[in-house]
Amino acid sequence: MAQFILPPNSRVGKGETHAAPADAKNVRRFDVYRYDPDTGENPRLDSYNIDVDDCGPMILDALIKIKNEVDPTLTFRRSCREGICGSCAMNIDGANTLACTLAIDDVKGDVSVYPLPHMSVVKDLVPDLTHFYAQYASIKPWLQTRSPAPPDSERLQSKEEQELINSPSACILCACCSTSCPSYWWNSDRYLGPAVLLAAYRWLVDSRDEATGERLDDLEDPFRLYRCHTIMNCTYACPKDLNPAKAIGEIKQMLTARRM
Amino acid sequence: MDRRDRPMSPHLSVYGWYISNGLSIIHRMTGFALSVGAFALVGWLVSIAAGYDAYSAVGSLYGSVIGNLALFGWSFCFFYHLCNGVRHLCWDIGKGFDQQAARRSGMLVVAIALILTAMLWTLVLAG
Repeated sequence: MAQFILPPNSRVGKGETHAAPADAKNVRRFDVYRYDPDTGENPRLDSYNIDVDDCGPMILDALIKIKNEVDPTLTFRRSCREGICGSCAMNIDGANTLACTLAIDDVKGDVSVYPLPHMSVVKDLVPDLTHFYAQYASIKPWLQTRSPAPPDSERLQSKEEQELINSPSACILCACCSTSCPSYWWNSDRYLGPAVLLAAYRWLVDSRDEATGERLDDLEDPFRLYRCHTIMNCTYACPKDLNPAKAIGEIKQMLTARRM
Repeated sequence: MDRRDRPMSPHLSVYGWYISNGLSIIHRMTGFALSVGAFALVGWLVSIAAGYDAYSAVGSLYGSVIGNLALFGWSFCFFYHLCNGVRHLCWDIGKGFDQQAARRSGMLVVAIALILTAMLWTLVLAG
């Protein structure tokens, strides 16, 4: 059952405000979600005033600056800083995206930074993705074949066949799309969500895969697939410009076509 | 600590409203309003069967200012739900999934629903 209001232990209280250095000219305020599992206190929203003239251009640069210079306890995931690892996915300025590919200048006014929505929070901006990864594993994201491989070559694809999987295999599993989806918020226990369905689609349209029928059987379920109501938040959230909503629509079409 | 004690990150309260989720929730709310409005329609039909007195009583209730406002709102709900339903049918045949196309079709749906509502009430008030 959908729970629209946060449980009592999750309500966000007021936090501390950190002033900018006295000589700072170009100050921006970052309101950052903080949660410390060691104190057991409710989450809070800390405000950091940052001199962006003395900071890298991206939101991630500001977070790193806060961690280095203001508050070393601020916790977040990051790695590649170029939008390919998907670690720094978070909710910034009301939408999910990667902190490393969003410029501070592209956000107007104060910058709000929250963890990915409707997730269990481990600490600060770090959500627990265990369930998300388990759902990914559940669609068997690997090539399944029954026929023996050619003795003298790999399983080859034409250029056109390859193009079908080009876009969906560019997914970095950052979970921006799934955690932007209200259907996933209310039903993530049973609904697979856009990222995992995009991955399922990637294997459905792979010309080398020979388990298409079983894959469709697994998806034909009122919850696993059909909780998608084409809200489209996923497609707008994707930092890689992929289109999970379209992939889900095509899976629905494949299921319909199979019945006719 | 027990992982079940972990807080849940904010969702509805922090996620922005865009054409995507905004029109989706309006679709649901108009659908709900139509279901409620169906009772009003049934009430009207029952009043016809119940005779002259009941029919004129219901007629004057629906014809009052508040009744008219409700019918006006209900007619917009009807046209919006209808147009956005067509938008969903387009998605079901695989059309209009690109970001820009979905944004445009959303604005188009709102515009057409407003125009149809205005046309209907122009006809009603002129007639």
